[in-house]
Amino acid sequence: MMDKKNVLYLAGAVLFALSPLVLNSYWTDVLNNIGLYAILALSLNIILGQCGLFQMGHAAFFAVGAYTSAILNTMFDIPLLWTMPLAGILAGLFGAIVARPIIHLRGDYLLIVTIGIVEIVRIALINDVWGLTGGANGIFGIDRPMFFGFKIKRPHQFFYLIWGFCAVSIFLFHRLENSRFGRALNYIKDDDVAAEGSGIDTARYKLIAFVIGAFWAGMVGTIFAGKMKIISPESFSFWESVLLFTIVILGGMGSIRGVLLGAFLIIGLPELFRDFASARMLVFGAAMVAMMIFRTQGLLPPLPRRYNVSRFFSKAEGEQS
Amino acid sequence: MEEFFQQLTNGLAVGGIYALIALGYTMVYGVLKLINFAHGDLFTIGAFLGLTLLTSLGLTDHIGPIAGLVVLAVMVVVLVGVIGFLLERIAYRPLRTSPRLSAVVSALGASIFFQNAIMLIWGARPLVYPHGLLPNITIDIFGLELPLIRILMFLISVVLMCGLYYLTHKTRIGTAIRAAAIDQGAAKLMGIDVNRVISLVFMIGPALGGAAGVMVGLYYGQINFTMGWLYGLKAFTAAILGGIGNIPGAMLGGLLLGVVESLGAAYISIAWKDAISFLVLILILIVRPTGILGERVADKV
Repeated sequence: MMDKKNVLYLAGAVLFALSPLVLNSYWTDVLNNIGLYAILALSLNIILGQCGLFQMGHAAFFAVGAYTSAILNTMFDIPLLWTMPLAGILAGLFGAIVARPIIHLRGDYLLIVTIGIVEIVRIALINDVWGLTGGANGIFGIDRPMFFGFKIKRPHQFFYLIWGFCAVSIFLFHRLENSRFGRALNYIKDDDVAAEGSGIDTARYKLIAFVIGAFWAGMVGTIFAGKMKIISPESFSFWESVLLFTIVILGGMGSIRGVLLGAFLIIGLPELFRDFASARMLVFGAAMVAMMIFRTQGLLPPLPRRYNVSRFFSKAEGEQS
Repeated sequence: MEEFFQQLTNGLAVGGIYALIALGYTMVYGVLKLINFAHGDLFTIGAFLGLTLLTSLGLTDHIGPIAGLVVLAVMVVVLVGVIGFLLERIAYRPLRTSPRLSAVVSALGASIFFQNAIMLIWGARPLVYPHGLLPNITIDIFGLELPLIRILMFLISVVLMCGLYYLTHKTRIGTAIRAAAIDQGAAKLMGIDVNRVISLVFMIGPALGGAAGVMVGLYYGQINFTMGWLYGLKAFTAAILGGIGNIPGAMLGGLLLGVVESLGAAYISIAWKDAISFLVLILILIVRPTGILGERVADKV
């Protein structure tokens, strides 16, 4: 069904896809960064937005994925995009291992533990655990991604890789959100005691949400490694986690449109504030406070779920006859 | 053994500072259920204001080192308290009824704002507190040579904590604060002006943080505009460790964290210092999910 809104979305997407043709490489690169953060924020949205778990350490999973790809690529010469599934799986596994003992913690206790995890990961990377991570300098000389024999190296080419992946992510997360699983997560967010009472295994669902989020963030890590060619522990600091957290909350917890808008604002605004020179982050901080004050629910909070009741009735009648 | 006690006392001195900052987190959390991420930056503001007042007014030259530092601390405490009051009015009060995480994002925004304001006012390079304000002598306690400043730091933080404990547990206004923390609605019905209580908490917490800022400046000698992040994070960890919202818990958590960190740096590895304190936090929370002194919250049904 093509209603007006869908046509508008489609037109917007087409215009956006053509934008690298008119933008210079600097602004295309800004859009690429926005895209990377948008995918990461979408993966965090499953944990924080849909399930309501206070997770402020998402950069840890991103780091595991990026380092997995970088190590496999530089040491074993595996083409970068081939390492993507493994980066995701390792990040997901890491997510499962760290989340398992802490998943029962309430709100703010979970928040500080996830901050602790991202800091421990960063310190471990700096201290060069197992001699694989290259210490504070990180890993150099990561190959560019090859896409069916086509080498992706310029910002315009990365634009299509990143936003293509983003489009796939939006589609999949949209399907997940409207599945039985997504509804269960929303129930846990609203009232986890009642959810437990209705037969939802809350601990298991929370853990699965964590693993899905971590898996997806790990795969973004691969693209990040290919884009930067150098990765170092400083790329995965607590600050990155704070940015992702802010994107999800500012956009409106649990709404995909909101997360995309949040990524544009949080990553794009500091670029637009360049005129303020050294005061740009000051203005950015004040803008964050102002946006929260004027839109306390986030910019685009999730719409209430809508179901077509008449369809249920016709189905029921069909079964009766 | 000598080194062990040196590290232990050093840990207690640093832990005292963590505890003072943690009290600000825990009191605000107690009444508003809000993690005030800007608190660490209020602590930094305290350290910088202290330095500016110290060098521009020359208090210690006029009225002697001890009296001068006391007057300085009072001025910093008042100023940072006023900033805390304004922060609550502008950034948090409009969000009182909104989802909890919205206020957290507002707090993060305020933190970015403060950090960059400090950088624009005082510059990005580290600043140095003047040397020799406090006599650099050591005191012999049970055959242990301890620097005077370390003992003073610990004593001052203990005195401030006792003062706060007295305020919250023995006075009328303290009873009002605790009542507002337990149930805001009921406190309102009992005639407590909850808005005033919240404003008061937002003055006391940052004031203690500002005092801690001056103490860090005097103890380490060097301050920079980003130090609020790390101290704030450590103090928040301490508050959670003790059970957030619980005032004695923040004191205990702060001291414990300081000691663990100091001993961990000395005996395990200095490079892993911060990781060790987070690891201890995670282990404790696995065993006691609401912190050491945190009460078990019953599930609502």
